[in-house]
Amino acid sequence: MIYAILRRFGQMLFVMFGISVIVFLIFFATPGADPAARIAGRNASPEVLEAVRHSFGFDQPLYVQYVKMMEKIFVTGDLTSFVNRGWRVVPAVMDSIPVTLSLVFGAAILWVVVSIIIGIVAAATRGSWLDKLLMALGLLGISMPVYWLGEVMNLITQSRYHDNWAFSWVPPLGYKNFSDDPKGWFLTLVIPWITLAILYIGIYGRVLRAAIIESMQEDYIRTARAKGLSETRILLRHALRTSLIAFVTLFGLDFGALVGGSALLTEVVFGLHGIGKLTYDALQNLDLPMIMATVMYASMFVVIANAVVDFVYILLDPRLRTS
Amino acid sequence: MILSVRDLRVSFRTNDGLVRAIDGVSFDLEESEILGVVGESGSGKTVSLLAVMGLITDPNAIIEGSIRYKGRELVGLPARELRRLRGNEIAMIFQDPMTALTPVYTIGWQIAEQIRAHQNISKSKAMARVEELLAEVNFPNPHEAMSRYPHQLSGGMRQRAVIAMALSCNPALLVADEPTTALDVTVQAGILDLVRKLRATHKSAVVFITHDMGVVSELADRVMVMYAGRVVERGSRMELFSDPRHPYTRALLGSIPPLTGEKPRRLPAIPGSPPSLLRLPQGCAFGPRCPVQYEPCVSGKPDLGASTHAAACFRVAQA
Amino acid sequence: MTSKDLPILETRSLGKRFAIGTRFSAEGKRTVHAVDNVSLTVWRGETVGLVGESGCGKSTLARCLVRLYDISDGKLLFEGDDITTKSLSELRPLRRRLQMVFQDPSASLNPRRRVGDLVAEPLRIHGKLSSREITQRVAELFDLVGLLPDHVMRYPHEFSGGQRQRLGIARAIALNPDLVVLDEPVSALDVSVQAQIVNLLADLQEKLKLTYIFIAHDLSVVRQVSTRIAVMYLGSIVEEGPAEELFATPSHPYSQALISAVPVVETTPSGTSKRVILTGDVPSPLNPPPGCRFHPRCPIAVERCRTERPVLEERKPGRKVACHFPTLI
Repeated sequence: MIYAILRRFGQMLFVMFGISVIVFLIFFATPGADPAARIAGRNASPEVLEAVRHSFGFDQPLYVQYVKMMEKIFVTGDLTSFVNRGWRVVPAVMDSIPVTLSLVFGAAILWVVVSIIIGIVAAATRGSWLDKLLMALGLLGISMPVYWLGEVMNLITQSRYHDNWAFSWVPPLGYKNFSDDPKGWFLTLVIPWITLAILYIGIYGRVLRAAIIESMQEDYIRTARAKGLSETRILLRHALRTSLIAFVTLFGLDFGALVGGSALLTEVVFGLHGIGKLTYDALQNLDLPMIMATVMYASMFVVIANAVVDFVYILLDPRLRTS
Repeated sequence: MILSVRDLRVSFRTNDGLVRAIDGVSFDLEESEILGVVGESGSGKTVSLLAVMGLITDPNAIIEGSIRYKGRELVGLPARELRRLRGNEIAMIFQDPMTALTPVYTIGWQIAEQIRAHQNISKSKAMARVEELLAEVNFPNPHEAMSRYPHQLSGGMRQRAVIAMALSCNPALLVADEPTTALDVTVQAGILDLVRKLRATHKSAVVFITHDMGVVSELADRVMVMYAGRVVERGSRMELFSDPRHPYTRALLGSIPPLTGEKPRRLPAIPGSPPSLLRLPQGCAFGPRCPVQYEPCVSGKPDLGASTHAAACFRVAQA
Repeated sequence: MTSKDLPILETRSLGKRFAIGTRFSAEGKRTVHAVDNVSLTVWRGETVGLVGESGCGKSTLARCLVRLYDISDGKLLFEGDDITTKSLSELRPLRRRLQMVFQDPSASLNPRRRVGDLVAEPLRIHGKLSSREITQRVAELFDLVGLLPDHVMRYPHEFSGGQRQRLGIARAIALNPDLVVLDEPVSALDVSVQAQIVNLLADLQEKLKLTYIFIAHDLSVVRQVSTRIAVMYLGSIVEEGPAEELFATPSHPYSQALISAVPVVETTPSGTSKRVILTGDVPSPLNPPPGCRFHPRCPIAVERCRTERPVLEERKPGRKVACHFPTLI
């Protein structure tokens, strides 16, 4: 068991290393891109360029630059933005994490609960109008681009119907710290949660329904019926339990990606300064250190999520536990 | 009389027409009696047993006739009532032990689940009973086995666990669909031995399906041979094997290669294959393949008759 | 020595190993000896039956014999020619002469192709026949296996199980092979259909002068078709001899248990008196017991069996047993 964990850890480090190298090379070693020129500004004199180059270490061989960069990101934490001079990248990333986590966790709870209910109901009433309706709604949820949906939500709740009793509680766009203003924190996130969740409810509801229906065809369900168990118990205890394996795997990966910054569009539309928004801004400005930091952070989360999912998978499916 | 089936008919509505899976099956079963049902694909043997258990869930199924369990009519019984009987008084085990158990729960948990579904006892009492049952079916270490998952057991052990589970509520009737077909021959021998032993201790009546005449010969008190949805011969084990009357039974027995004695140069094989249930012949379903088919066989379907050793064959009826 | 005097197929200490896991997995790297030190000689015209239960290695051995698997240890000779390590392209001309029929006729026939094409495929790959000749040959083959040539344009799902197996056989004999390995060819079929296919195989053997290696778990069927039988347990042969003799008087305790375990139709009441019930289950090939592989379940095992592994020896002409205390006649 220890071996397995250590091995996994080793794999993770290896992947992170690989990603960091690739990202570094893309940004800093692409021919024609001279980071020094970018930093120094358009009309910098050659001496300034040289000074910049030296301070950032661009005159050193690539691997030295790489090591220096990694050092700045992980060890000293004083990597500074190329765009906003003096703005330290790592703390900026750290500050934005709670925002993203609030958004993603809340949305995740919402979508997991709702999609499980939808999946079970649709599978149990398979073929009926309810099933078809739920699947159609799910498809609708998947098809609406989140940024469009987000803007529509804003349109409705912030401007058009803001004064209407239904939406007057919606505060202006932006994030409020939980520690400062819990109620505000909650209210600012309700609409973003719903928006982000709708897409995933669609996917997960459909996936779970399919998995449950498939499980219900298995031989062990026939045995369960022969035992005289009620259909409800068979559905929930036998079919659902086995279907959750696929559900959880998918969830882990999506969740990991979201925490790493995939909720970018949602954050931008709702003015939440999470890691996604940070990445978005950095890309717009081609702020290389910030991009590096956010990419590294995002990939770290995806790798961790993968590992956690594998672990949970083993917990859920006893067949994987022994040799 | 544990089970009394009269004129059972099960049909399925399909896109290609009405499929008569069983067309008028009747049989009786006494307490502690073992009935072997023999037949090949399409004979309707599995569907008969599923009908007895109330396990036909296909909405396109039409079930007619009578199935009386201890005098109580099962056809048309509401689902909740059937569920009370299933697993409790009538238990079933299926062919493939490898997929019969839910992979994510231990076998102890699954057997206890059955017990507690029908009896109001505490979890610890149920677990104690599980351990007893596993010992009865010859698990070498029942206490340890209880916390094992199905995938940790071999096919033979899994089938034993399934048998233990089926017997957990002391059913009066045990139904088994090819219980040993998927097992190795030496493992099969152990299971057959176990069933015989359990019949003595639990006194359950047993109906089992098989295609293996040897297994029937070893286990059954009485035998029923099915073909294309009908019973073509029934009788006691002795009667059937020493004096098979229906041409199909005779041909089936003849086509089995002998394990001892002289090897036939060619096996007497039945020509053709079992008919499609969508396009059954007008007369006797076995007619086209029968070595002694004559005029009555083409126009009418022979009856089984009421005697204890009966064959549904015009040739036999006239004798 | 002409090729007629050489055995058509011979294995010398053939072994097949599979590696499981890696150095870093839970139990580290392990090796399964699926086939372990098998020396088998097959002469032209005979039918060698391989019997054994799950995990005995008979299917693996079958695949090694036709080089579907690579061989780990020992040698494989076809008419004296060492084909153990020949590459796939070197083996190609051999494939004409060495064919295989598989168990599940539905799985080995491509459901999207017409059956005529499926049977013609070996002819197209190997032969230098024109397409008219191929069509003729396919019709011939259909006739040989008892199928109507009109059905050439049909798809596999339109045939019954027995008919599909006939197609598999037709395909295997398309190139007039010398040796056909049949891996459980009748196990998936109804009893009445099994007899038909067994008869067909016997007819084809006579007509086309075929040699068979026949694998099955149904002992009655194997006895019927085989001239000689090899009983396998955990990857090795434990007994070998003429079919009827071996069944009448098995020497190895495992063969005795195996044969006594088969339920037979008895018209007298008792019937099960001579049965040997084995304790325990077949051990996993990953963890074979020391000494004689069978000793933990053997009713007559003694200390020597735990430490010393018996060798397959010829105790009587034509009868080989791997046991320290075989029942000899």
